[in-house]
Amino acid sequence: MPYKERLEKRKFDETRKIEAKVGVIPNADGSSYFKIGNTWAYAAVYGPRNLHPKFLQDPSKGILRCNYNMMPFSSSGERVRPGGSRRSKEISLVTEKALLPVLDLNEYPNSVVDVFIELPQTEAGSRCAGICAASMALADAGLTMKDLVCAVSVGRVDDKLLVDLDYSEESYENGPVADIPIAIMPNSNKITLLQMDGLVSKDELKNLLEMGKKVCKDIYEIQKKALKDKYKREAK
Amino acid sequence: MSNELREHLIRLFESNIRLDGRKFTDYRPVKVEVNVTNTAEGSARVMIGKTDVIAGVKVEVMEPYPDTPDEGSIMVGAELLPLSSAEFELGPPGQKAIELARVVDRGIRESKCLDFKKLYIKEGEKAWMIVVDICTINDAGNLLDASSLAAIASLRNTTFPEYKDDKIDYKKKTNKKLELKDIPLSVTVIKIGDKFLVDPDSDEEKAIDTRLTVASLSDGTLCALQKGGDYPLTSEDIAKMVDIGIEKGKELRKLVK
Repeated sequence: MPYKERLEKRKFDETRKIEAKVGVIPNADGSSYFKIGNTWAYAAVYGPRNLHPKFLQDPSKGILRCNYNMMPFSSSGERVRPGGSRRSKEISLVTEKALLPVLDLNEYPNSVVDVFIELPQTEAGSRCAGICAASMALADAGLTMKDLVCAVSVGRVDDKLLVDLDYSEESYENGPVADIPIAIMPNSNKITLLQMDGLVSKDELKNLLEMGKKVCKDIYEIQKKALKDKYKREAK
Repeated sequence: MSNELREHLIRLFESNIRLDGRKFTDYRPVKVEVNVTNTAEGSARVMIGKTDVIAGVKVEVMEPYPDTPDEGSIMVGAELLPLSSAEFELGPPGQKAIELARVVDRGIRESKCLDFKKLYIKEGEKAWMIVVDICTINDAGNLLDASSLAAIASLRNTTFPEYKDDKIDYKKKTNKKLELKDIPLSVTVIKIGDKFLVDPDSDEEKAIDTRLTVASLSDGTLCALQKGGDYPLTSEDIAKMVDIGIEKGKELRKLVK
């Protein structure tokens, strides 16, 4: 049975509703939230600050440290036990690698930039939402950056190629599914996160990456607007 | 905390002045929002000034404890997320987080506002476990009161998911609400020098001599207490602090619908 229609009549190249805001955590050096559909990610940046323990310090440059965490009540299923899982550790790692290429940490030897991503509510696409939020928070913290980072999942459900899979699509059972979270630097079109699980052909992958880049440009505009809005708010 | 700042605060208090212009028994603006996250069975967000916390409730089915075979139970967890303050670190909960969770837990448990007997499903075999988790978004002082308010507000809009054939279907929500007989609320009264005040901001919190968290019911009955801080209290101090706690509790209670 071919996959015909998405929930809420969403087009195949359309994301769920996005809302972004910058400057939401007064204590942080930079902060934001990014909501896409029912997925909601907060990000806070602290630093550059002193790095302890000392043996982790790099005298030639600063390091980036990301932590992705789901709040205990953020899953639509059972409670998520606090303390992190293998999954959250891996997502923290790929988030770090997705953000690192836009940063220049040479100015901050022996220091760390900490990025904390917390999710109060999730429904598919949480690592991408976390990366979008983190990149805005880094910009809000005033760090030197080459570009923002925009992330979205693309994929295939049965015979259809689509962007921003929701939970029902990730777990579609009447045909093959591929879920491909990607992150791009919108100004150079380079890809900084690429993961996939599922089955997909070479040509489909190529098309999906193009679809993802296109959608990321829209996300980029939303991120830029959220950053500017903070200063409009403060000017008032 | 520098001694200078503490001495400065005390000098100001002598002339009845707080740094942000509040009276000693004034809270900063308090905002309570409910149903903030739809993945939880109940949730609430509380903002007191710039302090910001979210509480979410998940329900689980457990085997009742052997000494209370016909009762369910409640558990409160608190995480001082490193996202919410430069002073909080990653890792397992420390003393501060555990005290916070336990004080909130006792305020609710000992108030008996939750009838554990109504939480049992099958005697000796199955009962509901109500788990409240508190997550801090921004710590600008007085997490204790913000968390206790968020916890009770989240419990008050908790609905049970469907439970069928020994399984919870979290996707199917029922109309069955968690029943609460009262609204226990905690007010933390702090003592700095010889002054008593409520709702300390981060600076005041670091300057405290003593604090007393007073949890009370709507009729003024006390249901839990917790003294903190490095200095002792006299009976007269405690009487004054309890009075303030009950009085302010009545005001906060109006915010929980």
